[in-house]
Amino acid sequence: MEAYYKSKKTSGRIKVSLSYVILTIIAVVFIFPFIWMLSTAFKIPSEAYTLPPKIIPETFTWDNFIQGWQYADFTRYTWNTLIVTGLATIGTVLSASFVAYGFARFKSRYSGLLFTVVLATMMLPSQVTLVPTYLLFTKLGWLDTLMPLIVPSFFGGGAFNIFLLRQFFKTIPKDLDEAAYIDGANAFQIYYKILLPAIKPALITVGLMSITFHWNDYMSPLIYLNSDQNFTLAIGLQFFQNSFGSSQIQMLMAVSLITVIPVLILFFIGQRYFIQGITMTGIKG
Amino acid sequence: MKARNNRIEIREEKQFFLFTSPWLLGFLIFTLYPMGYSIYLVFTDMDMTGSGQFVGFDNIVRAFTQDPLFYRSLLNTLYFVLVSVPASLLMSFLIALLLNQKIKGVGFFRTSFYIPYITSGVAVTLLWGWIFNAQFGFINYFLSLFGITGPNWLSDTKWAMPAIIIMGIWTIGNSIIITLAGLQDIPEALYESAEIDGASSLVKITQITLPLITPTLYFNLVMGIIGGFQIFMQPYILTEGGPSYSTYTYMMHIYNSGFKYNEMGYASTLAWLLFVVIMIITLIVNRTSRHWVYYDN
Repeated sequence: MEAYYKSKKTSGRIKVSLSYVILTIIAVVFIFPFIWMLSTAFKIPSEAYTLPPKIIPETFTWDNFIQGWQYADFTRYTWNTLIVTGLATIGTVLSASFVAYGFARFKSRYSGLLFTVVLATMMLPSQVTLVPTYLLFTKLGWLDTLMPLIVPSFFGGGAFNIFLLRQFFKTIPKDLDEAAYIDGANAFQIYYKILLPAIKPALITVGLMSITFHWNDYMSPLIYLNSDQNFTLAIGLQFFQNSFGSSQIQMLMAVSLITVIPVLILFFIGQRYFIQGITMTGIKG
Repeated sequence: MKARNNRIEIREEKQFFLFTSPWLLGFLIFTLYPMGYSIYLVFTDMDMTGSGQFVGFDNIVRAFTQDPLFYRSLLNTLYFVLVSVPASLLMSFLIALLLNQKIKGVGFFRTSFYIPYITSGVAVTLLWGWIFNAQFGFINYFLSLFGITGPNWLSDTKWAMPAIIIMGIWTIGNSIIITLAGLQDIPEALYESAEIDGASSLVKITQITLPLITPTLYFNLVMGIIGGFQIFMQPYILTEGGPSYSTYTYMMHIYNSGFKYNEMGYASTLAWLLFVVIMIITLIVNRTSRHWVYYDN
């Protein structure tokens, strides 16, 4: 019997070590492109194109960052991206939580039906509404402004976020609302002063996901922005590449690195919330 | 008493509509109205300025009979979906399985797998362009270590799409974490009783893990299909659809028709045809799911 357990323990240990080896190899594959980006960004031009490639640059330079950044108006693009990301995220968090509160706390003959509609819109591919939405923004005179990238976020903040926040509101006992109601608070005060603070982690989750989405978004800026001064980083980077191809790769990688870093920092700070948000993706019926 | 109840009900109804009004307005302006208008556009030759005429079924006929790029882009997209979705599903299941053991440093691994997903924007796409560079890229250098001469990835009609698929699989962090969450929901007791019965690891995986994880796999499959059909940014930046349309995806065809060639009516037609294709495939998957997705209740 003891021998049985012993052999089982050994085989378990072998299994775990093997898992470590495989996981480490895969993790290296997943991380390596970033190391490659980092290394290229610090190389002098001639070294970026030498074979075999070196991971640690022989001649270490900051020039790529300075020159790359100055080559196009990246400060301007960053500013635009910050405005879009910031305002769209405020809109998303405020309006998704506001609407989710409505769905979680108030009964209506239509609440069931309307919530089904919310879920249904998650399945609709965005292409179907792409052209009419574009024509609508053209009519409003919002073409080549940041408005189309910001304003829609204030109208509900996206079906998925409404769904996620509603789930969180539902975990908070309704007694809490009722006690506050008896104390004379109105529905808005209950939402603002009691429930919002109670679901703070969920709000952070939604906020973080909105930030990464808008920071990385490519399709909407591509469609709505035309002039250089309105570009976001995504579009600015693509134009930067179009003017160089891969002939100035060390500069391209340096600028790319700068635009990726804020997202990475944000991820490390809010890791727990990211994972929570993804796990909540609502597959548990 | 009844009147009082009615008053409360009416007040609740009012509050419900007050708080959901931002979404309701948004739904009307950004979903329902565009959907209706987009159906109307299918039957017109509208351009960007919003002027056009009624053309009946011309757009639909054109897509099926006069537009070789319609079929080309649809087939390219199907190729992408058919390879990348199953491969991503399998990879994320295997990685999640490894992560679900009692091992230290799960956080580190989870982070490494998730970072590509969170950063997948233009910057990271440009990075992959460099990795796939035929002469100086890392992949071909790595292959050369084994005596293999790598292809001209992005400028070879045979290899450009596989390159984009590889990049796509690299961003599976999201489905890894969803699968991992599903695995952690499986009650430990099931494994313990199987162990008492002397079940091997393989039996435990095929008899317990796999059946119980099917709802999660199903979710990932459907989301993968819907997302896969909309692939745009990666091929648009890396290859612009080339070489000779080998990476020209359906979404690119919609974008080009509408925003490059200024044919909003035709672009809307293509969008609706895509919607129909996605619906049909999702329905087929849903039908078959009865046979392989395990439901508790």
